[in-house]
Amino acid sequence: MAENFEPLIPKIGVVTDIRIDTPDVKTFRVVTPDGKKAFDHMPGQCAMLSVPGVGEAMFSITSSPTNTEFMEFSIKKCGCVTEWLHSMEVGQEITIRGPYGRPFPVDTEFVGHDMLFVAGGIGLAPLRSVINYCRHYRDRYGKIDIVYGSRSKQDLVDYKEIIDEWAEDENVNVYLTIDREQPEWDGHVGFVPNYVKELGFSTDKIAVLCGPPIMIKFTLAGLQELGFDKTQVYTTMELRMKCGIGKCGRCNIGAKYVCKDGPVFRFDEIDELPDEY
Amino acid sequence: MVKVLLDKLDGLFAAIAQKETLYIPIDTPTGAKYEKWSDGMKMSDALNTVRSPKDFFFPQTENLMEFKTEGKKIEIIDIRRENEDFVLFGVKGCDVASFDVLDKVFLAEPVDSFYKNRREHATVVSLACNRPHETCFCGTFGIDASAPGGDVVCIKTDDALFMDAKTEKGEKLLSLISEFTESTDGKEAADTAGVIRERLKKLPLSSLSAEAFGDGKTSKFFDAPEWKELSQTCLGCGTCTFVCPTCQCYDIKDFNTGHGVKRFRCWDSCMYSDFTKMSAGQPRLTQLERFRQRFMHKLVYFPTNNNGMFSCVGCGRCINKCPIQMNIVKVMKKLGGTENG
Amino acid sequence: MQKIKREALISRASELLKNGTVDRVFGWKRGEFDYDITPALFHSADELEKDFVWGSLCGANFSKYLVKEAAAGEGKVLVFLKPCDSYSFNQLLTEHRFPRDKVYAVGVECAGMLDAAKIKAAADGLSAIRETENSVIAETLYDGDIEFKPDDVLAERCLNCKSKKVVAFDEMLGENGEADASARFDEVEKLEKMTPDERYAFWQNELSRCIRCNACRDVCPACTCEKCVFDNPESGAENKAAADSFEEKMFHIIRAFHVAGRCTDCGECSRVCPQHIPLHLLNRKFIKDIDAFYGDYQAGEEVGMRAPVVNYTQNDPEPGDVVGGGANG
Repeated sequence: MAENFEPLIPKIGVVTDIRIDTPDVKTFRVVTPDGKKAFDHMPGQCAMLSVPGVGEAMFSITSSPTNTEFMEFSIKKCGCVTEWLHSMEVGQEITIRGPYGRPFPVDTEFVGHDMLFVAGGIGLAPLRSVINYCRHYRDRYGKIDIVYGSRSKQDLVDYKEIIDEWAEDENVNVYLTIDREQPEWDGHVGFVPNYVKELGFSTDKIAVLCGPPIMIKFTLAGLQELGFDKTQVYTTMELRMKCGIGKCGRCNIGAKYVCKDGPVFRFDEIDELPDEY
Repeated sequence: MVKVLLDKLDGLFAAIAQKETLYIPIDTPTGAKYEKWSDGMKMSDALNTVRSPKDFFFPQTENLMEFKTEGKKIEIIDIRRENEDFVLFGVKGCDVASFDVLDKVFLAEPVDSFYKNRREHATVVSLACNRPHETCFCGTFGIDASAPGGDVVCIKTDDALFMDAKTEKGEKLLSLISEFTESTDGKEAADTAGVIRERLKKLPLSSLSAEAFGDGKTSKFFDAPEWKELSQTCLGCGTCTFVCPTCQCYDIKDFNTGHGVKRFRCWDSCMYSDFTKMSAGQPRLTQLERFRQRFMHKLVYFPTNNNGMFSCVGCGRCINKCPIQMNIVKVMKKLGGTENG
Repeated sequence: MQKIKREALISRASELLKNGTVDRVFGWKRGEFDYDITPALFHSADELEKDFVWGSLCGANFSKYLVKEAAAGEGKVLVFLKPCDSYSFNQLLTEHRFPRDKVYAVGVECAGMLDAAKIKAAADGLSAIRETENSVIAETLYDGDIEFKPDDVLAERCLNCKSKKVVAFDEMLGENGEADASARFDEVEKLEKMTPDERYAFWQNELSRCIRCNACRDVCPACTCEKCVFDNPESGAENKAAADSFEEKMFHIIRAFHVAGRCTDCGECSRVCPQHIPLHLLNRKFIKDIDAFYGDYQAGEEVGMRAPVVNYTQNDPEPGDVVGGGANG
């Protein structure tokens, strides 16, 4: 019995690095006790992290699969489990299981296309994996545009990586925005959906959105105004999940389970789901 | 096919119980329930048990694993043990069919090893329903209460139990009890099955049809105005879910024992307000949405994903147990336009 | 069995709809069978004529629904109140749980309700239930008609009916009766006479059947918390399943404590329990003890009463009297 694989039984993960990204977001680096990656994944997939006695929760894997050393999770403090994770110190063990869900079609539909990534706040976490994957296999994709916004400069996740690495890449354009003016900011000010419209992207590309529901809603509308079709726009959904394997019933929308059939959906697929997310 | 005279049933049960744990439905003052057989127990003649036998494979609560933590270290303890073989006796056609529904969930990849372990070690002995009730509508879902599934299929006549092995496990069980059985041409069993089939045809819900439902009917029913009236007085309790043999949603929780942490799973209900609640929001804010989810899942979403198999077996438990007497039959009739028909 | 006939209720409700006193009616709606009657809202005389039922299988107490429904519409909602329902109605008003001016209450004389489960247990394949003057007749699929004495198939709560008096109404259909609590504690006294071990075994047996469906709580007119502690992960008491059989008792005992002094003894908890756990006995024991310590008190008898457990008087018993063990020592 013991040698039978059981998807609900996790592995041990050791937190080897904790980076403070914003006042409420930290990025945790996780490896197995023998220093390896816990498992392979593809961009957009998730993992269940847990703190025994506190609970288990689903998080998107922030690091790119091309990182062979470790996995990273950018996590916003917003509930029991995340609060506990934020109080951890380096060296703490947690549990990890996965990978779960359908990834972004980075090796199929995305190949050969210009890419537009639009993220708001912690919504950058799942996109960072795709962006770094696309940067790693740079010649497979066309131009990369990244529009990212947050409440303030301090709330921009991965700011250093964005400025030092992404913005330095050839053929990668980074457009940052914050919601309100602040003294130490000379960049764009305004909400993400408006900024996307202002920038006025050409429609010959694939767009990937992630952020708060209201941002997604208005950005999608903006892209449609620019002439994008729903079949060109992807997002990743968040619903309450417990099992991660399409059985516990929690993330069921229509005939789909977000943990198994998502979290990545194309907007024309979302249109076929009942409006319950 | 073999038969055993009813007055030899005690001996037969004892013989099974000597080799494997045997569960049979017994009568209690508050209805029939499955109980581990012990000397002197009589099999209930009640149509069915109050609780469905899903507990045997998907118990109300079960420990999944344990953790020991020390400083920053965590130890995961796999507490799974090979289940013992057991025999589940007297399961009715609807409930046997419910195991097929549960299999679709728990045995789909990645397989739930807790469920599989129990399922593999169980021998299911079914029993035809001689006196189906007015609340029965298994026929709506293609289930024949005169010829239930399982490893051994039984039909009870006035003086004997006719037993027919359908699987290797079933053969094995019958060979274990061969000293109690005698061979038979099965004519009496066939006659009884014929009587049952006639009775099934005359049941008040025999004309209930699921044809309007199934794969691809989401848009037809999701925004139907009828949900409002159907769900209006729903209490949001979990009775329907928990007495239902096919409802299988669960929650996973941690319990700190003081000496470590037990991670357990327990039944959960999509009727509960916190079922989909998360820090980021709540997709189903009203009882209407939660009520709709349960029935849409059974009648549309599940068949969409499982080649048309509905996640209802017509056992009638919800008809008997819902505190406000709302149930899947009323939902099907209202949405399908055959109300009062 | 019921003296007031369905037609009387329909005709009065239709008039009140027609003259604009109310714009919707809470009533009992017919189902597939004689016993699967659902609480429902009716909006017109036609709807009432088609589906409204009234009889001895109309157990549901509508009072709790008013918490959501009373303020939900423009006009008033008509609610029919049986005697026991009217106590819940008053108690909810005492707790300011719904606006009285949005409700038109019609009291209905009640001769006691039947327990369909009791009939079913004795009648295999129950196709219809008929009532005559002095008997209940179950029509069955296989055994013909089975006749019952009404008392043998009366709902548990009605066997020990505390009151035939509707205590809140704008108008009354039928004769209003009197409160009579003389038989009310018979069952509790049986429990009190048990030894502690026997009593423990009794509750262990009863509560071990609990499937934690929460029907008792969700139907209870005294359980109107916006968020129950047992559902709230932040309460520290969230509890979806019992870790052991002791915890199962905790849920019910805590609930009984929480409704103590507010429970009107409407008996809905036991009526809806799918496992037939006599939950009302826990509440009745509390009521009996409160009566013994503080003098007779019936929650919901009048609007605005202060329950003894939340009201200090100089004559209150000292804690020592209470610790000494229940009212019967």
